[in-house]
Amino acid sequence: MDLPAVEIIGLVKRYGGTTAVDGLSLRAERGAVTAVLGPNGAGKTSTIEICEGFRKADAGTVRVLGEPPADPALRPRVGVMLQSGGVPPATRCAEWLRLVSRFYARPLDSGALLLRLGLAEHGRTPYRRLSGGQQQRLSLAAAVIGRPELVFLDEPTAGLDPQARHACWELVGELRGAGVSVVLTTHHMDEAERLADHVVIIDRGKVVAEGSPATLTGAERQLRFRARPGLTLEELLNALPAGSAAKESPAGHYIIEGLVGPELLATVTAWCASEGVTADDLRIERRTLEDVFLELTGRELR
Amino acid sequence: MTALDLTPAPGAAPFPRMVLAQAGAEVRATLRNGEQLLLTMIIPVLLLAGFSLAPLVDIGGGSRVAFLTPGVLALAVMSTAFTGQAIATGFERRYGVLKRLGATPLSRAGLLLGKTAAVIAVELIQVVVIVAVALALGWRPHGSFPAAALLILAGTAAFSGLGLLMAGTLRAEATLAAANLVYLVLLGAGGVIFPLSKFPAGVRPVLELLPISALAGGLRAVLAGGAVLPLGALAVLTGWAVVSLALASRTFRWE
Repeated sequence: MDLPAVEIIGLVKRYGGTTAVDGLSLRAERGAVTAVLGPNGAGKTSTIEICEGFRKADAGTVRVLGEPPADPALRPRVGVMLQSGGVPPATRCAEWLRLVSRFYARPLDSGALLLRLGLAEHGRTPYRRLSGGQQQRLSLAAAVIGRPELVFLDEPTAGLDPQARHACWELVGELRGAGVSVVLTTHHMDEAERLADHVVIIDRGKVVAEGSPATLTGAERQLRFRARPGLTLEELLNALPAGSAAKESPAGHYIIEGLVGPELLATVTAWCASEGVTADDLRIERRTLEDVFLELTGRELR
Repeated sequence: MTALDLTPAPGAAPFPRMVLAQAGAEVRATLRNGEQLLLTMIIPVLLLAGFSLAPLVDIGGGSRVAFLTPGVLALAVMSTAFTGQAIATGFERRYGVLKRLGATPLSRAGLLLGKTAAVIAVELIQVVVIVAVALALGWRPHGSFPAAALLILAGTAAFSGLGLLMAGTLRAEATLAAANLVYLVLLGAGGVIFPLSKFPAGVRPVLELLPISALAGGLRAVLAGGAVLPLGALAVLTGWAVVSLALASRTFRWE
């Protein structure tokens, strides 16, 4: 079967006068990890919750494993981790996982899963007494316990400490290895860069870029350094080979793009000498997903 | 590190197993919750024992325990099916539990069936405890037990409908306040402890239409009066059940 795990075409979702999702289209392949990346309020959760069958689309088509999201036959096939909550506060950790496991025909062993996620010694702890990170891990466990074909994880590592984040990443890697399709939302670039086969960057309810992390960041390298803010870059640009670019962003941070090699490096350092500035933290590197993300979605806080 | 077989093997458990699992979780949650126990067990038993032993209210002659036991049984049904269920469901909605369960193979019908089974299981425990206390206090019941059971079932449906109507539309805190208030008002004005004959004649026909009065009065007619089946009470309860369940199913918000 060649059906994608998720296929969305022209999705629109409005809440009163605000349009949260504005003609969004995306495709998540089977057996792959797809990361939906976007700033707060970009429409990530709305999109995911429509795929999970919690909300209705105002326009567009959504197919999950080839079926409409509300199809009850999808429930055993799809695992869901909500952004927060979903567990009665007084219910004990192990009890909740055991309850959820009883809804499935061939669940994972809940004890083994708790052990795997470092929750075994908290089995008798009521949900409200778990730390934020432990609550997240319990939700993650509940999303995978039914051995689903597809898992939706809405900000799975929000509020996790580094160890728990790595445990979560490892589990996502294992899911992928076992042939499970994973769709996750995040605003951690490193998470998307590290986990995802396919990254979809969305902003204001639309897809602004997508591709593998490598395609998005590009093969191009950059030369970066710090120096006093406000240097005039005209002379440098004249000295650089055609097709190069130089900019200051943010103030005091200079980025030179183009054919980064010994000659370019020599030109830049010569120019620095003529300007009488020392280039601090001079380095050559690839663009990061964060650069791409900030370029596309802007720097202002929302 | 434990190896987990994450290979997809999706499938829903058989429907009865899902419903039983959910019902079991709900019963455990109720029995573990201190406030719920106070409401469903301790208050009914205290009222039964207290008012049976001390001549605090004038029941108009006859055995006090024979008058009080059917009323307290009705109160127990109301506390579980209405007050307890409304508060628990209201907070489940607020904490996203109903939403999360909606993403599992347990259907909404399955969830409601699980809740109903849990309510009936808790009611069975209540009936056993209350009847034991009443027998110890000298209660000698007579009348048709199937008729009493039928009234309790109709009352459970009516109170569940009202509880879910509240839980599915109001904020959780509002449900908590309103469910307790309604419980108190119906306890006072529904013929549970204070006979309806003590109320002014003008309000009595209205009070008799309350679900708690129908259930308390119906149970009293069967267990104290030996009636075969009080059709009037059954009709009032069925009416409340049909209207409240229909309204609840139309207005219930799962999130």
